[in-house]
Amino acid sequence: MTVLAEVGYYEPWWIQLLKALAIFAVVFQLVPVVLLAERKLLGRFQHRYGPNRVGPYGALQPMADIGKLLFKEQFRPNNSIGWMFALAPAISMFTAVATLAIVPFSNTVDIFGTQVGLYGVDPSIGILYAFAFGGIAFYGLVLGGWASGGKYAFLGSMRAAAQLISYEIAQGLAAVGVVMMAGSLSLTEIVGYQEDHLWMIVPQFVGFVIFLVAGFAETNRPPFDLPEADAELVQGYSTEYGGGRFAAYYAAEYLNIIVVSALTTTLFLGGWDIPFVDPPTWVDPIVVLVKALALVFFFIWVRATLPRLRYDQLMALGWKVFLPVATLNALVTASLVVAT
Amino acid sequence: MPYDPGPDVVEVVRAPKGGPVRGTYRAFGETLRGMKTVMGRWVEGTHTYQYPEEKTPVYPRFRGRHKLHRFEDTGLEKCVGCSLCAAACPADCIRVVAAENTPDNRVSAGERYAAVYEINMSRCIFCGYCEVACPFDAITMGHDYELSDYNRSDLIFTKEMLLAEPLERTPLRSLGE
Repeated sequence: MTVLAEVGYYEPWWIQLLKALAIFAVVFQLVPVVLLAERKLLGRFQHRYGPNRVGPYGALQPMADIGKLLFKEQFRPNNSIGWMFALAPAISMFTAVATLAIVPFSNTVDIFGTQVGLYGVDPSIGILYAFAFGGIAFYGLVLGGWASGGKYAFLGSMRAAAQLISYEIAQGLAAVGVVMMAGSLSLTEIVGYQEDHLWMIVPQFVGFVIFLVAGFAETNRPPFDLPEADAELVQGYSTEYGGGRFAAYYAAEYLNIIVVSALTTTLFLGGWDIPFVDPPTWVDPIVVLVKALALVFFFIWVRATLPRLRYDQLMALGWKVFLPVATLNALVTASLVVAT
Repeated sequence: MPYDPGPDVVEVVRAPKGGPVRGTYRAFGETLRGMKTVMGRWVEGTHTYQYPEEKTPVYPRFRGRHKLHRFEDTGLEKCVGCSLCAAACPADCIRVVAAENTPDNRVSAGERYAAVYEINMSRCIFCGYCEVACPFDAITMGHDYELSDYNRSDLIFTKEMLLAEPLERTPLRSLGE
């Protein structure tokens, strides 16, 4: 049998189960936090407070929102395709959670005499796993828009598809530079390389910018929220959704932001590494989360600043700027890696 | 000979020169400038009133809910039921029914008093003409602006409601605010 990807399981099944649950629990708790942080920060950026009525400092606002959404009617348009309509948000949610599995929070550590890797899985294909699930994630959007049976939802999903092909290539090529320098696809080894050398953001700054901007496009965040585009497409692919299914889309979007931030942290910002300091191992996951949340703050900051790009501007940026620059970056990196 | 427009030539401010490199640099530079501006808004702080707890202050001449007045010394009503306010009202929302004062039932200082004095607040446009028309300063515009209610019938303010000390729910703007 051909082994396509060496996953490298060496832990008993119950540890894998436990750490999967722990990672999911911790990161999924961050979704309401990020949701609230976005609304509070957008308020501050616009001279207002944001939600501050429910609970102390509005801290329970996400809970109130979730409660509201879950008790709403599960509406479905007459001309929608039932099973696909129900499946699409689940795909979005599934891919967001699945991508989370490869984010490394620390290297293999010794917990009560057992060797445990603080990550869901560490496949040998590493970052390609994230791109694979990023590709599948767009099925959630495209199928959702297609199955809704409305023109706005359909237009939104078509834009999502167009956005995917213009940005995945540039994002992949931006990551190629990192992979070539580290000499490995595995994310733990990429972080290990950054511990020994500089953080990738220094030698791969161009790749970092492209990866981050493509990350905005991948998570459908402003200024690349063309699939949603509330101004012209009502709500894009999720126009016909409401209640729990909309909550699934919403949670998946915010989970995607956290995951993309964590991946950018891993690839470019040194993962759990703090330069010149050698903290104990238990600090590592906190370092990763803090760096990821700093990037989430950057996501929100950009959202508050930039207007949405026009469709042709998005295409021009993706194909005429980022793709050539990313290719050039990969070529130059390859030459330098071979030369040195 | 080409057309000479003379001295009235308006210089056209040209758009910045194109080109992919310059355009990209400009786009990123302007993006960073925009992000600095947005962060500056946060540093500046909020400009909001926390409304139900913190009311928007009004100016002294703000025209809010009406008040009917009494003489402070005798406690008699100033309104004599002349209906001039009702005549002046462009929205026709004031209804006055006058009655004669008798020695053992003395309500106002004049010969007659307003037996019924109603203002329909759902009709009132807060123009202040009633205040201007009143020869005895019996009706003035107050500062209350929180007048919403659940029933239209509750918005017909009777004489007792207008005479009662209004709930001072609205702060007054201090000088120079």
